[in-house]
Amino acid sequence: MAVASGRKYSVLRRPTVATGWWGWFVTVDHKRIGILYGITSVLFFLLGGIEAITLRLQLSNPENALVSPDVFSQLFTMHALTMIFLAIMPLSVAFFNIVIPLQIGARDVAFPRLNALSYWVYLFGGLLLNAGWLVGRAPGSGWFAYSPLTSTAFDVAGGMDFYVLGLLMLGTSSMAGAFNFIVTIINMRAPGMTLMRMPVFTWMTLVTSFLLVTAMPVITVALIELGFDRFVGTNFFNPTMGGDPVLWQHLFWVFGHPEVYILILPAMGIVSEVLPTFSKKPLFGYPFIVLSGVFIGFMGWTVWSHHMFTVGLGPVANATFAVTTVLIAVPTGVKIFNWLGTLWRGSIEFNTAMLFALGFVILFIIGGLSGVTHAAVPADAQQQDTYYIVAHLHYVLFGGSIFGLFAGIYYWFPKVTGRLMNEKLGKLNFWLLFIGMNLTFAPMHWVGLDGMPRRIYTYDSAMGWDFWNLFSTVGSWVILLGVLVFLHNIMRSLRKGEVAGNDPWDGRTLEWSIPSPPPEYNFAEIPTVSERDAFWSEKYVENEDGIPIPIKKRPSSGGKDTNDIHMPGLSYFPFVTALGMAICFFGVLIHISVIVIGLVVMLFGIYGWAFEPADPEPESGSH
Amino acid sequence: MLHNLTKLRPVLLLLLVPVLLTTACFPSHPQSTFEAAGPVAEAQLKLFYIIFWAAVFVFVVVNGAFIYAFIKYRRRANEAHLPKQTHGHTVLEITWTIAPMIILAIITVPTITTIFYTAEPPPGKTLELKVIAHQWWWEFEYPDLGITTANELHVPVGMAIDVSLESKDVIHSFWIPKLAGKMDLVPGHINTMWFQADRAGEFYGLCAEFCGTAHAQMRFMVHAEKQSDFDAWVESIKATPGEMTGLAAKGKDLFVNKGFDGTLRGEKVTAQRCAFCHTVEGLPIRGAVGPVLTHVGGRETIGAGIIDNSAGNLKAWLTNPDKMKPGVGMPTLSIADDELDALVAYLEGLQ
Ligand code: HEC
Ligand SMILES: [Cu+2]
Ligand SMILES: [Cu+2]
Repeated sequence: MAVASGRKYSVLRRPTVATGWWGWFVTVDHKRIGILYGITSVLFFLLGGIEAITLRLQLSNPENALVSPDVFSQLFTMHALTMIFLAIMPLSVAFFNIVIPLQIGARDVAFPRLNALSYWVYLFGGLLLNAGWLVGRAPGSGWFAYSPLTSTAFDVAGGMDFYVLGLLMLGTSSMAGAFNFIVTIINMRAPGMTLMRMPVFTWMTLVTSFLLVTAMPVITVALIELGFDRFVGTNFFNPTMGGDPVLWQHLFWVFGHPEVYILILPAMGIVSEVLPTFSKKPLFGYPFIVLSGVFIGFMGWTVWSHHMFTVGLGPVANATFAVTTVLIAVPTGVKIFNWLGTLWRGSIEFNTAMLFALGFVILFIIGGLSGVTHAAVPADAQQQDTYYIVAHLHYVLFGGSIFGLFAGIYYWFPKVTGRLMNEKLGKLNFWLLFIGMNLTFAPMHWVGLDGMPRRIYTYDSAMGWDFWNLFSTVGSWVILLGVLVFLHNIMRSLRKGEVAGNDPWDGRTLEWSIPSPPPEYNFAEIPTVSERDAFWSEKYVENEDGIPIPIKKRPSSGGKDTNDIHMPGLSYFPFVTALGMAICFFGVLIHISVIVIGLVVMLFGIYGWAFEPADPEPESGSH
Repeated sequence: MLHNLTKLRPVLLLLLVPVLLTTACFPSHPQSTFEAAGPVAEAQLKLFYIIFWAAVFVFVVVNGAFIYAFIKYRRRANEAHLPKQTHGHTVLEITWTIAPMIILAIITVPTITTIFYTAEPPPGKTLELKVIAHQWWWEFEYPDLGITTANELHVPVGMAIDVSLESKDVIHSFWIPKLAGKMDLVPGHINTMWFQADRAGEFYGLCAEFCGTAHAQMRFMVHAEKQSDFDAWVESIKATPGEMTGLAAKGKDLFVNKGFDGTLRGEKVTAQRCAFCHTVEGLPIRGAVGPVLTHVGGRETIGAGIIDNSAGNLKAWLTNPDKMKPGVGMPTLSIADDELDALVAYLEGLQ
C-alpha cells in the first residue's frame, strides 16, 4: 500500500494535537487557514492605514515638514503594496478559504497542505516586504516601480531589494492558492452542482484564480529580471546599456491590469451573494452576471496600455487601448443593472452587510464613471499622475473592494464564529467609512483637475490646493474612526455577540445549511444539489405566483455517525517549507550561507512533505 | 474676512459644479486644467466635458434608480409574504447591454479624433523645441535658433511648438496644465508632442511622473510672449555675457578656478568647481551636470522653478542647496562669506 511505503521514508510523524497555539502552525483545515488569512490581512490593513494617515497628515498643509521626502516616497510605495498585496488580496483569499468548500458542499480544499503553505509563504513574504522599515530603507520607487528609478544607480539606498524578494514570495503564495481553488472548484463540487448552479461568489473565485495563475507569472518574470539587474548586474531595463524601461512598464501592467480585477471580482462575488439574501430574491440574471464576470476577466488582458497613455506609444496604439478600455464598461454595466434587478420588487433589509454591499454599488459606479473619463486618451493626458487618478482608484479599491470585503465580513462572521456582529456598531462602522471615504476622496477629483500631481510631498500655497487637502486629511480621520469601531465590534462580538445558529440570514447557499461554526468535516453528509440556490430550495417551494412558501421542516437526518469521516491529517511541513523559503529569500540580502541554510530547510520540508504518511496513527497502527 | 471667503469658495464651487461648468467660471489657479490657454489643452478639456456630462447623466439615472429601489422596496414590518422570485428578463438584458454600448460609441468618436489631433502639430510654421529632463531640472534647446536654456521656457504666442522629449536619467513627464496634457520623457526613447499658447502670459509647468526624491520640486515656468518680445529674448540669450568688473569679476574667477570641498547626498566631495558642472558661454570649461547659467541673472526663478531669483535666495542656494531642495544633485560646498557675495554678484551679472 502506498501509504505504508510512504511511512518507511517519512521523517516526522504527523502531528496529532490540533489545539492550542501550536495547532495553528500545523493546521490544514481550510476554515482555520481562512481565519489566519483574515487576521493577518486585517493587521496589514491597519499598517497600510497608518501609512495612509501619515501621508495625509504630511499633505494637510502646504510645505509641511512632518516627514522627509524619502520617507514620504517609502510611505506611498508601501501603502500601495500593503493594501494591494497584503490586505485586499489575502482578505479575499480568506473568504475563498472559509466560504468556497462550504458553498460547494466539500469537506476541504483539494490540497490542504498546499493551502497551509500558501498562507505561511504569504505571511513571510509580507514580513520580508516590510523588513525594509527595520533597516530604514523600505521600497520607495512607487509600487509600479518604473525603471530605471529601481536600478541600483538610482535606488541608492536599496529599498527595492525588499520589493523584488517580497513580491516574488507573495506571487508564489498567490499562485499556489489559486491553483488549489481552481482544482477545488472544478473537482470537489457536491453531486448535482453543475457549473451553472454554482453560487456567484464561487464563480468569481474561479475567474479570479484563473487571472492569478496567468497574471502572476508575468510579474514574476519582470521581478526576476529586475532582480538580476540589481543583484547580478544584467541590463534588462537599463537604457544606457540597450535595455528598455518601457519593457518593464508593459510587463508590469500586463500583470497590473488583471490585478485590478483580482482585487475587485471577489468583492463583486460577495455583493452578488449579499444582495439576493437581503432582498429575499434570487440573483437577477444569474447567467449574465456570471458571463460578464468571465468576460471582464478576459478583457482584463486587453487593456494594460491604458496605464501608459502618456508613455508615447503613439496615437494608433492609444486609440486601440482606449476602445478596449471603454468596452469593459459594458459587462460592468450588465452586473450593476442585474444587481438593480435583484433589488427591484424585493424586500430589502438594511442590515450592515447589506449597507456595505449597497455602498459598494454606489461608490463603484462613481469609480467606474471616472474610469471612463481617463479611457479617453487626450482627457487622460491631463489626468494621468494627478490626484484625479488617486480619487478614481480609491473609489474602485476602497469604495469597491474594501466595502465588498466588509460586506463579506459582516455576512460570514456568524458562520465562522457562531456569533452575530453587533448591528448598532456595524451601522456606525458603515456610516463612518462611507462618509469618511467620500470626504477624503471626493475632493481629490477636483484637486487633481486643478493640477495637483501625485506623489509630491510638498506643494506651494499659491497653487490653491490648501483647503481641499486639509479637508481630505480630516476625512481620513473619519475613516480611521470607522475602522476603530470595526475593530471594537469584532472584539466585542467574538465574546458577547448574539448566538447565530445555522442560518441567521435565511440564506440561499449551502454554507447556511450546516452549524456555525461548522464542524471540522463541514458536512456530516455530502448534500445533493438539484437547483441553483441549493439551500433555499430545500426550505421553500414556489406557489403558482412564484411566491416562496416554507416547506415543513424535514425530519433531521441526524444521528449520522461522523466518526469515520476521513479528514486530512495535520502537518508540520507546510510551515517548515515556507520557513525554509523565507530564510532563503532573506539570505539573498544577508549572506550566501543563509541562502544555503534556507535551501536545506526547504528541501527537508519538501522531502518530509512528499513522504508524509497519510494518517496520524502510531507506527504500530494496524493498516 | 476676505481670506475666509476664498477658503469657502471651493466648497461653494463643488456644490455648484454643474452651473459653474456651464459658465466656465473657476477660481484662477495656476495649474487648473479648466483654464485652457491653447488649442491642445482646449481640445482635451472639450473631450473631458463631453464624457463628464455623459457620466453625470449615467450617474443620475443609475444611482437614482438604486435609491428609488432602496426606498420603494425596503422591508416593511407587516409584509404578508416573501417577494416573487424572479430570475431574469432577456429583453432587459439585451437593452442594458446595448444602451451603454451606444453611449460609449458616441464618446469614442471624439476621443479618437482628438487623439490624432493632439498627436501631431497642424501643418504650417512651427517652432522646434527639444526638452531634456534631468533629475530634477529641465534643459530647453531650440535647435532652429541655436540656443539652450534651463528651467524657463519662452514661446511666441500663436505658434505651434513642435516638441521632442528625452531624458538623461529616469522617467519624467512634461506637463503645462493650461497649455497641454503631459508626455513622458523616457531614457532611450524620443517622444514628441505639440502645444501652443493662444495668449501672452506666464504658465506653470512641472514634472508629473515620480522621478525620485525631489520630484515635487521639478518645475518650470513658461513665458508666452508676442513674437517681437520673443525675438528680443532670443537675441539676449544668444549674446555672450560681457566683461565682469569688481566683485563680479572675482566671482567669475572663483566660478572657473576655485575647487570647493563639500558634501553631496551625505558623501564627501572635494575640489568641486562650479564650471565643472555648469556652462556659462565664453568660459574655457563647459560643465553639463547642472543647468546652463549663461543668463541665469535674467531668470525669474532658481532651483528648477521653486524659488524667486533674488540675491538673498541665490546666496541661500549656494550655501545649502540641499536644504531648499532635498536630494538635489548640486553639492553643499563650504564657501566663505566673501566668496558667496562675489559668486552671487557674478551670477546676477549673467543677464
Ligand atoms: C556637482 C555638480 C555641481 C557643482 C560643482 C555646482 N553645481 Fe550648481 N547645480 C548643479 C545641479 C545638478 C543643479 C540643478 C539642481 C536642481 O534644480 O535640481 C544646480 C543648480 C544651480 C543653480 C540654479 C540654477 C537654476 O536655474 O535653477 C545655480 C545658480 C547654481 N547651481 C550655481 C552654482 C555655483 C555658483 C556653483 C559653484 C559654487 C555650483 N553651482 C556648483 C550641479 C552643480
Ligand atoms: Cu488598468
Ligand atoms: Cu518627476
